[in-house]
Parts: sequence; C-alpha cells; structure tokens
Amino acid sequence: MGCDNILSDTFIKIRDLHFSRGDREIFSGVSLDIPTGKITAIMGPSGTGKTTLLRMLGGQLQPSQGTVEVEGLDIASLNRKDLYKARRRMGMLFQSGALLTDLSVFENIAFPIREHYNFRESMVRDLVLLKLELVGLRGAHALMPAELSGGMQRRVSLARAIILDPVLMMYDEPFTGLDPVTLGTIVTLIKELNQSLGITSVLVSHDIHETFSIADYVCILSEGKVMAAGAPQELMESKSEFVQQFVQGKPDGPMPFHFPAGSLSNDLLGSKLEKGQHLS
Amino acid sequence: MTFFTNLLQMIGAFAINTVASFGRASIFLFQIILGFKDVILRSSLLIKELYSVGVLSLLIIVFSATFVGMVLSLLGYVTLVDFGAESSLGVLVALSLIRELGPVLSALLFSGRAGSALTAEIGLMKATEQLASMEMMAVDPIRRIISPRFFAGLISLPLLTLLFMGIGIYSGYMVGSVWLGVDEGSFWSQMQSKVDFRGDVVNGLIKSVVFGFVVTWIALYQGYNAYPTSEGVSRATTNSVVYSALAVLGLDFLLTALMFM
Amino acid sequence: MGSSRKTEITVGAFVLMALLAFVYLALNVSNLTGFSSDKGYQVSASFDNIGGLSKRAKVTLSGVAVGRVIDISYDKETFRAKVTMRINSDVNYLPTDTQASIYTSGLLGEQYISLEPGAEDDVLKDSSQLDITQSALVLEELIGKFMSSFMSKKE
Repeated sequence: MGCDNILSDTFIKIRDLHFSRGDREIFSGVSLDIPTGKITAIMGPSGTGKTTLLRMLGGQLQPSQGTVEVEGLDIASLNRKDLYKARRRMGMLFQSGALLTDLSVFENIAFPIREHYNFRESMVRDLVLLKLELVGLRGAHALMPAELSGGMQRRVSLARAIILDPVLMMYDEPFTGLDPVTLGTIVTLIKELNQSLGITSVLVSHDIHETFSIADYVCILSEGKVMAAGAPQELMESKSEFVQQFVQGKPDGPMPFHFPAGSLSNDLLGSKLEKGQHLS
Repeated sequence: MTFFTNLLQMIGAFAINTVASFGRASIFLFQIILGFKDVILRSSLLIKELYSVGVLSLLIIVFSATFVGMVLSLLGYVTLVDFGAESSLGVLVALSLIRELGPVLSALLFSGRAGSALTAEIGLMKATEQLASMEMMAVDPIRRIISPRFFAGLISLPLLTLLFMGIGIYSGYMVGSVWLGVDEGSFWSQMQSKVDFRGDVVNGLIKSVVFGFVVTWIALYQGYNAYPTSEGVSRATTNSVVYSALAVLGLDFLLTALMFM
Repeated sequence: MGSSRKTEITVGAFVLMALLAFVYLALNVSNLTGFSSDKGYQVSASFDNIGGLSKRAKVTLSGVAVGRVIDISYDKETFRAKVTMRINSDVNYLPTDTQASIYTSGLLGEQYISLEPGAEDDVLKDSSQLDITQSALVLEELIGKFMSSFMSKKE
C-alpha cells in the first residue's frame, strides 16, 4: 500500500519505515514513493510524525528499521561527508522560519553561499537580491529577522532555502499561522517554484483546502501507517470513512476526538481519578 | 521488599543516566575539538566570540577584583596588626588572590555572565530550529557555532583571571599602603620573596585553564541538549550555572590538593 | 565591516591588558628569576639548629640582600644541618672567614641568613664552606636558659 501505483519517475523511495520515540511508535511500516518534479503532500492528524518524516529525508533522524532513498542514495547509510553533499541539493522551509537571529535578512540568505562557496561580494549580492525579489522582500534586505512579521520571516526563509538551487524542497507546515494575503502568496510561491524550476516538492500540512489546491499527490498518514494516497480529487471522492472524516473535518468518526479514558460517570462519581490509559 | 527493589531500581536508573550523559557529553566534546581546524581557518568567528564571551565579562571581573582586593587587604590588616605582622599584608593578599580567589571567583563570575549567556543562546537557537536549519543547509552547527564559542571560553577565562589577580593585588595595595599606611617597601618585598612564579602564578593559571574548559563545556552541552521549549531553555540555563559552580569548587579542591600539598 | 573592526580592536585591547597583567604578576608580584642568567655561586654552612629557616630565605650582607637559600639538608656525618645558599656573582669579595648567622626579622617575622665578613685575604668561591656559624635563636631555649640562671641566682 502506498503512493507507488501512481507514478512515472520516483525521486524518493521510502520502504517499510519504522521509528519510535521512547515507548511511542511513530512509524510502523510506512512505504511511500515521491515522484520527481511534482508537489507531494503528506497529511495527517497532529502528532502522526509528518515533521519526523521530513527530518528523515534530510538525514537528521535515523529510522530504526527500513530505508529512505533520495535520488537512489540510502540517506541513513551515508557517511557525514556524503550526507552533507546530499543536503546541498535539498532545501527546507521550517515552520518557525528558523532565521539566524544575529544576522540581517541579507546575510541570512547569503549564509549558505558564504559557507560553501568563495564567491565575489558582487556575485553574492546579485544572487541574494534576485531571490529576495522573487519573494517580494528586496526592500527589507537590511532589516533584522526580529523586525519582520511571521509571514515575512517565512518568505525570507523560503528565499534562503532556494538560494543554492535545490532539486528537492521540503515545506514543514508552510500554511500555519498566516493571514489570508500572506497565505495566498506562499501558496503561489510554492506552486511557481515547482512549475518554473521543476523542483520536486514535499509538503507537510494539515490544512486541507490549501494543500488540496496545489498538491499533485496526497498521502494521508495516521497511526504510523499510510492510510490513503492518491490525487486530491480521488481522495475527495474516496469511500473510506477515515478519509471522509479527515477531508471534511468531522469531529467524530474512525479517528477519535477523545483521548482514551475510562467512563465519564466513573470519573465524576468515583472518589479517585482513574488514570487515562497510555497512548501507545 | 518492594521498597527495597524500588530503591535499587532508582539507584540503578540514576547510575545509568549519569554514565550515559557523561558519555554523550564526551562525544560532544570530541566533536567540538574536531572543529578546531575550522576555528583556526576562520579566525573572524573566534574573534567575534572572544568579544561576546571575554570582553563583555570584563566589567564584572574588574569590578569584583577591585572590591575583593580591597576587602582582603582591610580584613587582613585588622587581623595582622594585632600580631604586629602587618608587613606580611602583601603576602596575604597576593597569595590568596593568586592561588585561590582569582581562579575560583573569576570562574564563578564567568559562568554566571558568559556561561549562562552561552547556554541560553545555544538553547534558543535549538528551540527556534536555527541549528536544525543549519544542518539542512549542509553547515555543521557544532563546527560553525559551538567550536568557536568553546575555544573563546577556553582562552577568555585565563585572561580574565590574570586581570582579576593583577587588579585585586593592586587595589589591595591601594587600601593597605596608601590608606592604612603599611610600609610600601615591606608590602612589595615580602610579597616578592614569598610568591613564587612557578609554584603560585603558573599553578593559579593552570587552575583557570581547567575551569575555563569545564565551565564552557558544561554551558555549551546544557544549551545543545536543552529541551527545545522556553521552559527547557530556562532550566538548562539554571543547570549550567549550578553545575559549573559545583564542578569549579570540586575541581578546585582537587587541584589545590595536587598543587600546594 | 566597521563593526567587525571595532570588535577586533576591543578584543585586541582585552588580550593586551591580560598579557600586561601577566607580566606584572611575573615581575612585580612574584620573583621570576628565570629571565636573569645570573646563577651566582654556591656556598654552604653547617648549623647546630636552623630554627624556622626555609628554602628561598634571604641571604643578606649588612641588611642588603645578596642571595638566597637554595637547599637545606641534614648531614648525618656531623649531625648538623647543612644549608646551601647561592650568592650573586657580583658579590665576589667575601673573605673565607665570613660568619653566617640566622636571624629573625622582627619578633614573628621570617628568618634569614646574615653574613658578616671576616679579615682573611682569600675570598669565597663556588662550593666553599663557611666554618663560623651562629645558630638560630630558639625562643624556648632562650627562656629555659633565662629561667635556670634566675633560679640559680635565687639560691
């Protein structure tokens, strides 16, 4: 089961992925293919390890079992040098923006170039200004990150993520906490980057509307497994109760609203509060 | 019986945790030291950290040294004058500052001023995903962020300690000779004949190098391993100062026993 | 780049200040003698009792410091304390019958060796021996003597 039936050309191949944090099992056998040059969205309820999955694509976390292959390279088995080489071809947009607080907007975007290449100052300047123009913030190049709004920080972060012209872009919750106008610009930017530069994009989100509007393929994760996968239209029309609940945001269904607990009357009338059973 | 096994389990868990965190801290230290080459190649990073770790701690060091020297001199005078031995005041001030107070107080002040700032800075960088984002930009945060700070701390504390000793002795002289009227000649000459360069000054300096190493290591490790929330960062900052103080005082006893016995 | 220049300058000043403090500690506070190549010459003297004399104590000539005690040991042949001292090489005119005495500076001060030149024409050389010595005054001995003479007078 997975997205593997839908594609032409695979960029990322995930096979039988297991991972647990402490006692909690986050993935129990996830298999998933991500096609080249398309926008693939990974969706699911909070706490299903969507961000963890991105971390594994970037080699920041190691799976306890199974493999993650990016462009045919098994990420977990790479040595430090090869991993850093592979990461130069990836860009990641963090939820918080993750700008370096002691550097200006300009220096933040120039940071990857300065670290990896020894370019002339004029060249660095041109590259940075071009990317800033793309996200519409050329005028803000001298500001410090603290002087920007959340949405602007995310746009600067996006400019920084694409400065080395990655072939793979990962977006971690790009739509959360934005006003409608900024939201629109971010959605457009992601779409444009994908279409004009052909960057393979992996997007993690739980915003149904925006995600379905730009994604080519959608995978829904829950309880450590791929629950459903396909083009947005297919999922909308899916007969599965789970998919319907998730897509339409119904409070009750196969996915419970309540944290597992004993009966309410027991808790209210009994003298001692029963411990809720542990999620596992 | 269950009480006993529970107790045993607690002790076991504590021991395992302690050994594990020592192991993690040692690996961390090893990685930091591997970054030495990058620190040498990019000295501008080191200089920037020397500024924020060393120069910014100057004020509190200079201020404390002045007052500690003055108080030592005043108290020493009051005690020594009863035995008619006030000419030994210089020896008393110099030896206590060089052997003990200089290295230890500088280290404690340094951990409060620079160590806590390092922990909070690194912890916040972790909490705001700055370190993770660096990794994704193929920049090793340990080499780029942690190593320069470590070597800056290692260099700064001995320098600050030297200043503490010098300023403390001079302010002790101001109070002892200029204000209380101890003979200037015997103040300095007794000091010179009793303070040994190798045995006292160099040993005091060795102490401060060890303290600089430990305080910076603890501060960086606490920051790097902070739980990435605001509560986690604040707890890491407190831990950094507390553990540094304990480590400095414990090591001080050990080093004193080794050096001056 | 202006701010980085300012940083570099302040860091430079900081390092320089610390180095100055180090030189001050080395030369003014402690007795760093490693720089001077003047090794001087060594002479030794035997005492019945050296009291509280310690290594690195001063050796003086009419109150002027001319050397230091470098070693104290017990000679099992003569059953006396052997004190080795180093005299500065410019003080090369001490007669062989120079007397060495252990004195105390002040009532509770440190003990030092005082040299009193004799009348011989030959001068002390490296590893010479001083024959005329006067031991340290030990307070208990002094009081003991005083007491016994006081007692005997009374009778």
